[in-house]
Amino acid sequence: MKRLWFLIPLFAFFALAAILAVGLKRDPREVPSPLIDKPAPRFVLPRLDDPSKTISLDDLRGKVWMLNVWASWCVACREEHPLLLAFAKKRLVPVYGLDYKDDRADAQAWLARFGNPYEASLVDADGRVGIDFGVYGVPETFVIDASGVIRLKHIGPLTPEVLSKKIEPLLKKLDV
Amino acid sequence: MSRLALSKCLLVVALALAGYGAPAQPAAAPASDPAIEARMVRITAELRCLVCQNQTIADSSAALAVDLRREARALLQQGKSDAEVLAYMTARYGDFVLYRPPLKSTTALLWFGPALMLLGGAGVLVVLLRRRARLAASAFDADSDASWTDPPAVPER
Repeated sequence: MKRLWFLIPLFAFFALAAILAVGLKRDPREVPSPLIDKPAPRFVLPRLDDPSKTISLDDLRGKVWMLNVWASWCVACREEHPLLLAFAKKRLVPVYGLDYKDDRADAQAWLARFGNPYEASLVDADGRVGIDFGVYGVPETFVIDASGVIRLKHIGPLTPEVLSKKIEPLLKKLDV
Repeated sequence: MSRLALSKCLLVVALALAGYGAPAQPAAAPASDPAIEARMVRITAELRCLVCQNQTIADSSAALAVDLRREARALLQQGKSDAEVLAYMTARYGDFVLYRPPLKSTTALLWFGPALMLLGGAGVLVVLLRRRARLAASAFDADSDASWTDPPAVPER
């Protein structure tokens, strides 16, 4: 037994290497949100299609919904857009857009060109509501349950895997 | 006094007055109150920018950092304390934004890990040295090629 003690540093090295290897694989850009399982921040924002009408968090209470943060200046948003269109077509949950720090005319032209998956888009011109949601890059996607609690946040463009392995199972769990 | 000398004199006075007046007009100060601006910079210098992760929010020119400086400034103008501004940031972006993470159960290893490793290393060193000190002198001369990790050099008990 005593003879094998010299192997301890070797095992310690492998343990440390394993921890560091896991660290390398993780994306430091994905900052875990403190808002998961917390009530969504309150907001009242004008609609993109009709600025005279507003939508607030309270209007959306009582149903599960998805919030997709987008902008016409956001290149990665184009990447996820076809997926979002297909997802919205399934009509599992209403998808609302948060048009983040955008120009109204540009945003409307963008939707006209690439298609509009949103029930409605909310205009967050100065980015304040985005900050309240902890948004630090576009696109980001949230799932909010019927009681107004944030259940999921995805950072970056949606992928088929994220939709089928994370979002749709969660929606099933939420009885949608 | 000659005319030339007088006009020179006037010119000097005019230039001096012009120079004196210039700093009185601040170049587009972001906040009306320099004290609040100084506090805002001090607080945001403690915060990590989420877009350029190795910059502080005070340093970064990313749009989000500009917005967060604006929010910090607004909170201070409302009379909020430094701690309240930090709480505003961590409520939205988590402890990740703090360059000095708080001491809690999830960060204990982060805070004490290095000290524990140092203690562990020192402990191993002390044990090894003591063991070696107890060896008979002959143990070191027996084989000059023996590697330093060679345990058989220790007399079996």
